[in-house]
Amino acid sequence: MDAAAPKPKENMGEPLPRIDARLKVTGQAHYPADLPTANIAYGALATSSIAKGRVTKLHLDDARAVPGLLDIVTYGDMDKFERPKFGNTGATSIGPLHDRTIFHDGQIIALAVAETFEAAEEAAQLIRADYEEEKPTASFDSPGTKTIPAAGKSPLFKEDVKAGDFEAAYAAAPVKIDQRYSTPTQHHNPIELFSTTAMWEGDRLIVHEPSQNVTGWKVELARQLKIDPARVRIVSPYIGGAFGSKGPMTTRTAIVAVAAKRLGRPVRCVTSRMQAFGTQTYRAETRHRIRIGAGKDGRITAFAHEGWEVTSRPDAYVVGGTSATGRMYDYGSVLTHVSLVQADRNTPGYMRSPPETPYVYALENAMDEMAVALGMDPVEFRRINEPKTEPIGKKPFSSRSLIQCYEQAADAFGWAKRDPKVGAMRDGDWLIGMGCATAIYPTAAAPCAARVRLTVDGGVRVQCSSHEIGTGVRTVAAQMAAERLGAGIDKVEVEMGDSSLPPAPVSGGSISTASVCSAVLKACDAIRTKLFAAATGEGSSLAGSHNEELDVRGGKIVAKSGASAKVEDVFKTMQVGAIEEYAEFAPKSATPQALKKLYAGQPEFHGGESDEESVKYAFGAEFVEVRVNSYTKEIRVPRIVGAFAAGRIMNTRTARSQLMGGMIWGIGQALHEATEVDRRYARYVNRDLQDYLVPVNADIKDLQVILVPEVDHAVNPAGVKGLGELGNVGTAAAVASAVYHATGKRIRDLPIRIEQLIT
Amino acid sequence: MRPFVYEQPTNISAAVALASRFTNSDDAPTRANAQFIAGATNLADYMKLGVAQPDRLVDLNRLAEPALRQIRITDDGIRFGALVRMGEAADNSEVKRRYPVVAGSLKLAASGQIRNMASLAGNVLQRTRCEYFRETSWPCNKRVPGSGCAAMEGFNRQHAVLGASDACIATYHGDFAQALIALDAVVHAEGSRGARKIPFAKLHRRPGDTPHIETDLAADEIITAIEVPAIPWARRSLYLKIRDRESYAFALASAAVALDLDGDKVREARIALGGVATVPWRARTAEQALQDKALDEASAKAAAEAAFADAEPRRDNAFKIELGKRTLVRALLETRDMKV
Repeated sequence: MDAAAPKPKENMGEPLPRIDARLKVTGQAHYPADLPTANIAYGALATSSIAKGRVTKLHLDDARAVPGLLDIVTYGDMDKFERPKFGNTGATSIGPLHDRTIFHDGQIIALAVAETFEAAEEAAQLIRADYEEEKPTASFDSPGTKTIPAAGKSPLFKEDVKAGDFEAAYAAAPVKIDQRYSTPTQHHNPIELFSTTAMWEGDRLIVHEPSQNVTGWKVELARQLKIDPARVRIVSPYIGGAFGSKGPMTTRTAIVAVAAKRLGRPVRCVTSRMQAFGTQTYRAETRHRIRIGAGKDGRITAFAHEGWEVTSRPDAYVVGGTSATGRMYDYGSVLTHVSLVQADRNTPGYMRSPPETPYVYALENAMDEMAVALGMDPVEFRRINEPKTEPIGKKPFSSRSLIQCYEQAADAFGWAKRDPKVGAMRDGDWLIGMGCATAIYPTAAAPCAARVRLTVDGGVRVQCSSHEIGTGVRTVAAQMAAERLGAGIDKVEVEMGDSSLPPAPVSGGSISTASVCSAVLKACDAIRTKLFAAATGEGSSLAGSHNEELDVRGGKIVAKSGASAKVEDVFKTMQVGAIEEYAEFAPKSATPQALKKLYAGQPEFHGGESDEESVKYAFGAEFVEVRVNSYTKEIRVPRIVGAFAAGRIMNTRTARSQLMGGMIWGIGQALHEATEVDRRYARYVNRDLQDYLVPVNADIKDLQVILVPEVDHAVNPAGVKGLGELGNVGTAAAVASAVYHATGKRIRDLPIRIEQLIT
Repeated sequence: MRPFVYEQPTNISAAVALASRFTNSDDAPTRANAQFIAGATNLADYMKLGVAQPDRLVDLNRLAEPALRQIRITDDGIRFGALVRMGEAADNSEVKRRYPVVAGSLKLAASGQIRNMASLAGNVLQRTRCEYFRETSWPCNKRVPGSGCAAMEGFNRQHAVLGASDACIATYHGDFAQALIALDAVVHAEGSRGARKIPFAKLHRRPGDTPHIETDLAADEIITAIEVPAIPWARRSLYLKIRDRESYAFALASAAVALDLDGDKVREARIALGGVATVPWRARTAEQALQDKALDEASAKAAAEAAFADAEPRRDNAFKIELGKRTLVRALLETRDMKV
């Protein structure tokens, strides 16, 4: 076994290669903008060059004169349709062509459609707007922001959590810190650009678009276009980078669908990378104030976390990570408050661990500061404050292996060799620093449906509309079916990413593996029940066996006694060629409406801190070594080790890959990534991969992922905790702590760059 | 993307004749109707973005003259044909041995894929990556003369602290050019008015009031070769590039340094600075400050102070002055300590 395929430990599945790996690396996996190819017309967006005001006139003559131009969709053309809605399914309530008001930089003002991509682009570039301009508000500290309490503004953030009397405990604490932290604007920049291809077949609409939520989009797009959802199909079989950016549907989709209807021809619009900054969602900048008070023994007695998040004027997008930070340690007293700061910006949206990345960064950087203030080892400091129950609702954790993660990661990293003195470790001109931080992500699941068919030749087909966003969900669903139906993985075919398949929830919140596998498990078990019933009938070799004594392995139904029957023969007995089962999974705490809501594209999430009997989280610990040049202060990361426990690991290869990707992103968040906003105009400046830096191969050296065994039957039937978003939580704080250890400079504003260390 | 006519001439004079026919002699090359293209790693991007809008592209890749693709090493130095790819020059063992600063500047530029496409002459003529230049909705004096400069009071972390004007503060991002200017390279050019040699230091123009005029070349003039004179002591030379990430990023500050040492005493120093200036930047005052001095941290710091004496910071790029100085100090000391 190599590093990419870790040997499974207890409660871990085999490191099977992705079942679609070969297709992907040979270019045979078709992404939504690859298909269809016949009779396509091309669309290109024209977007606003101001962030606030009104379009008074559009000049379209030059664009219309471009040879090959077919149509321009703009103001007036969307009037008979419904405006978009903001929520889990829709990215924003701003209907850019419903209204001449400009709410943000890069807002869509027209779609040019032409015979070729080049002509469409040329025409779009020739569309000019006259504006009535107003002075826009860019961000925090800009004149004109409006700050409102976040609690209750979004169904995802109901309240500011608290416990005990923070003020009194903080006042009495002998050791305390009070610090401010910030994280920058970040845009997803997936390598697969955002695109919509819309085609009508009579009154039926088919949309090929990379999506993390085909069921939700089907319903929302039908609502906007005022047609029956049954006439809309969203197809998204492969996705080249999602991370939340392809979760909520943006306003482009309906506009392209309308263009296709007007032309009577399929229309494809691929958004340019620059345009994606204004037309897609992003991670908004956040600010934090953290106060921690502790006794001299290192026991925390008081914790306060205040957060401020930028959002657009019309939409209250909240991440509210205090729900997790407020439950992380045994604080004694907790006070939290989250505020939204409205500015003239596009509406933010989900980006990999939306609440935890910024909020846990602030918490964990503060925890390291506190450990320094106490003169205590940062690992020991966390151990001392390990809770028995979470401090807000006093509920137990369904499982919590944080200390095991710290122990295993510290051991692999060689933490014991760290000289705690700042600046004490050196290699020539390079200062060495070491830091660590906790990763946490809530474990949730949502209702999900799946259809599984077992055929007489031993073939298995799994159908579920969930989305292969690169996580390997297609592979783990196949593994689950293969295991339950005793088939080789090569006999399992998985269809996903199509709203005509059984509905799955949005692939967000790291719920897919748990939700999809639980549904697949249920369907497979229904097939097993039918097989067993037939196999144990009178006169058969397994007659009298109980279901729990039976298993399906290698094309046979096998009893504990050793007796067996060929599945093929059972099919003969049943006189069928295939057994197909449709199953619906709903989490234990789901409401009676939960399944109805699944079909309506509004899945309920259950888990995290919302369940009655326990809170459910996955944990990890990350250790980072940095080197900082003593002259020029550039920061490099030669080593990073992360240990994570997340219940049942379906596939150690895909799990490691997810966690590794998260840790790499975490390094990027620590050192590279930031969207720059021109504060005069509230416009994004570095709108491409030349200036929007992410780590390249040379930045990532020695990276180690440790999977810590954990068994948790309480989370869901599959026993799985999602880990797709766990890996990039805490990483930036570990880097910041390592930079402090190397240089003595505590950097609280991300990303950490040369200019912060050089002056 | 606007339609354009694509020409593939097969010799230098045909290329010049084509360009001559479709440009006015007083056009700035960056705004001429006909433009030359070689590796297409910069101009093609800018055409897609609408930043460059030539009606006609004259592709130089089919030019038949063999010297355009050759690296010739003689007692007089090295002559790089204009169409030699960056990657080939960076990997050339004689270039690496005789001029580590040249090989290093090439190796640390762009990515492997881009280095395999980009020509040496095209590389030295690459245009700025100023974010406000790259995106056509911003005012930019370099892109649209007289329209203003959005970077001056905008987000200007990557912008120049040396050689700027009231019209433009865009950085010249190239690396190779810093090695060339330090080594007194000479550019061979050919245009409708004949062939000529241009000292590399005279090739680029500071922005002044006309930031759209970037070089001394006419619109119908092409670089045919770049010559680096023989400098035996240039074996003690290096290119140090400081950037936000380990690879594939422009310099926040860089230094091309070559030293002729007598023990630890400096007989002659060559210094050029990248990432901090509007044009390839020879730091002659820093060179003079080191002349006949023992090279140690103190004298290196004094030279760095001299190099940045005239630097002018903007809101976000002030750190480049300190970083530029430290980069130079580190480069000087590392060059001194080279085993040659």
